[in-house]
Amino acid sequence: MRFIETFFNTKVMADYMPDLIHAMGVTLGLAVATIITGILCGAALACLRVAGLKLVNFCIIVFADIMRALPPLVLILILFFGMPSLGLNISGWMVVYIVLSLVLTAFSEEIFWGGLTAIPAGQWEAGRATGLSKAQTLFYIAFPQAARRGIPPLVNRVLATTKLTALGSVIGVKEILSVSSSAQSFSGSATPLTMAAIAYLIIFIPAVIASHKIERRYHFAT
Amino acid sequence: MTQPRTMLEISGLEKSFGDIEVLKSIDLKVQEGELVFVIGPSGSGKSTMLRCCNRLEEPTSGAIFIEGERITDIPRRDLDRMRLKVGMVFQGFHLYPHMSVLKNVMLAQIKALKRAKPEAEARALEMLDQVGLKHKADAMPAELSGGQQQRVAIARALALDPGVMLFDEPTSALDPELVGSVLKVMKDLRDKGMTMLVVSHEMQFAREAADRVIFMDGGYVVEQGTPEEIFGNPKSDRLKTFLSRVSHEDAGAEAD
Amino acid sequence: MDTFIQTFFNLDIMSQAFPLLLKGAVMTLKLCAVVIVCGLAGGLMLALAALSPNRALRWSAIAYIDLFRALPPLVLLVFVYSGLPFAGVRLSPFMAVVIAFFLNNSSYFAEVFRAGINAVPKGQTEAARATGLSQAQALTYVVLPQAVRNVLPDLLSNTVEVVKLTSLASVVSLSELLYSANMARSVTYNASPLVLAAGMYLLVLWPLVRVIARYQRGLAVN
Repeated sequence: MRFIETFFNTKVMADYMPDLIHAMGVTLGLAVATIITGILCGAALACLRVAGLKLVNFCIIVFADIMRALPPLVLILILFFGMPSLGLNISGWMVVYIVLSLVLTAFSEEIFWGGLTAIPAGQWEAGRATGLSKAQTLFYIAFPQAARRGIPPLVNRVLATTKLTALGSVIGVKEILSVSSSAQSFSGSATPLTMAAIAYLIIFIPAVIASHKIERRYHFAT
Repeated sequence: MTQPRTMLEISGLEKSFGDIEVLKSIDLKVQEGELVFVIGPSGSGKSTMLRCCNRLEEPTSGAIFIEGERITDIPRRDLDRMRLKVGMVFQGFHLYPHMSVLKNVMLAQIKALKRAKPEAEARALEMLDQVGLKHKADAMPAELSGGQQQRVAIARALALDPGVMLFDEPTSALDPELVGSVLKVMKDLRDKGMTMLVVSHEMQFAREAADRVIFMDGGYVVEQGTPEEIFGNPKSDRLKTFLSRVSHEDAGAEAD
Repeated sequence: MDTFIQTFFNLDIMSQAFPLLLKGAVMTLKLCAVVIVCGLAGGLMLALAALSPNRALRWSAIAYIDLFRALPPLVLLVFVYSGLPFAGVRLSPFMAVVIAFFLNNSSYFAEVFRAGINAVPKGQTEAARATGLSQAQALTYVVLPQAVRNVLPDLLSNTVEVVKLTSLASVVSLSELLYSANMARSVTYNASPLVLAAGMYLLVLWPLVRVIARYQRGLAVN
């Protein structure tokens, strides 16, 4: 009984429900913005790599390596605390958006590029032989196949990255975790944390189940 | 003359997968030193019967005896001991790709039979020699041809000193030019007095080497006899149809 | 340009902060060792449970895996560290981190192991059982070595993710690398210690990221 009082207190739930629903909006908005930016930029970089410019490719590789090797929280703190010294005041929301987008860009670039390198040379030759330019072959033939191949790992990476939106709580973004953490200290009850967990499950359980389905469906391609 | 020992006996064996009855009632005996050949159309339950003999498949009902011991109702924990007495060779070889040929042949000797390492190694080399592959002991399975892999698989089973050897279409996955080497090993084994139950499409080999041929169709043993009886004087219509179809397909080339 | 260098690459501040960061790095290493070993062991057990013929065991393992993959690790950490005391369970930051990350990691490692085991042909187990090996022996000597080889790149990249994850421990004031760096940042009002921490993470993780990329490229070519 005390357990229910502590973790599932209905009064506390009712008090903080509006705040939490608003916070879910913030989390979702941040996630969607990150996903769109990250995947588009990653696809663009992967296509750029096809051009075969040595210096450009070297920069892309270094960028992708660093973004994949660094803990995102380190980047978030560097931007959040470093930028004001340069006279640039950017909001916490912006910092998280930029960092997560960069991270997702790096991962999706590698996934798309891996897909592109796996396209048999014959596909390129067939495209060029039928009079398509290199760019046209890339857009109409190679990239669609590469993208299809990349779907399962990309879905997993998108999930992992969007879950990182919780890092926003460290620098005061009003997303689910920070709102529920402060609600927890105000109310002196653990219930807001339970609400946060449930809120995340509402968002991510369908996504995890969908990822299983997608993985099975595209299994042949990986 | 004393009665030869019955090494393997199947009695009233039935096996269903869900609603599908694969084996309806199988009775079969294999005497010591006999090479019994099982033929029949695809889907007639030959492989399933073989797999019941070491309980890779659980029979739905009926009994199977290995060297007189009823193995169909021994508890699961005694299965491993029972399986040591029954060697099995698969269509797909199933060598362990991460171990050398020698290690493949040694693994079960050490872990299941609890032989000491030097003894297991000596035994493995002896068996590899018997199948003509002693020089490949340190090779990895992927470096061998299909025929060589299958011969290693035979050595792996033999190293455990089984009383009976089961062959489940041992040459079906092989290129035609590699079949001969595997059949030769099986012939040598027969000459050494090994008891063998073979499911295969190699009719020519059955004619030359089998003591007895069993024809299975539709989950039953339809006919059995010496190779001369089965191939020279088939009685049932189903066997006649099967044999004429197989000879049209140029015996032995039938796909699984 | 000068402000930029002063803000992010101030060598004086870096050398002052270095001893503190080094201590933090040792804690990070300790944390990694515990979390990775526990995650691998737990993941393997979970994978086996998820593949078990016992229906109850299988479904509870799958539910566990999906549940903890859906929750952001930081949410788990805050829940374990700030929520459990309400139920009378008070944990040290180290234990809270180990438990929260175990829940998260073991799920991820379980998915990797499960994929690896599934990719080993059924005939391997049958061949092993037919030679008299027990279920456990067939698993240990025949199936698992092949399974691990199948998913080595995924195991490695998961391990990189775990190391990155340990930076979240700074949120519950565990004095690991990022916490120490942020501490130094707040004392010096300068972001350079954070950049130094980033460099230390890169030093360890960049080579690993390279190895994984090599490995995956190799698989794609094959």
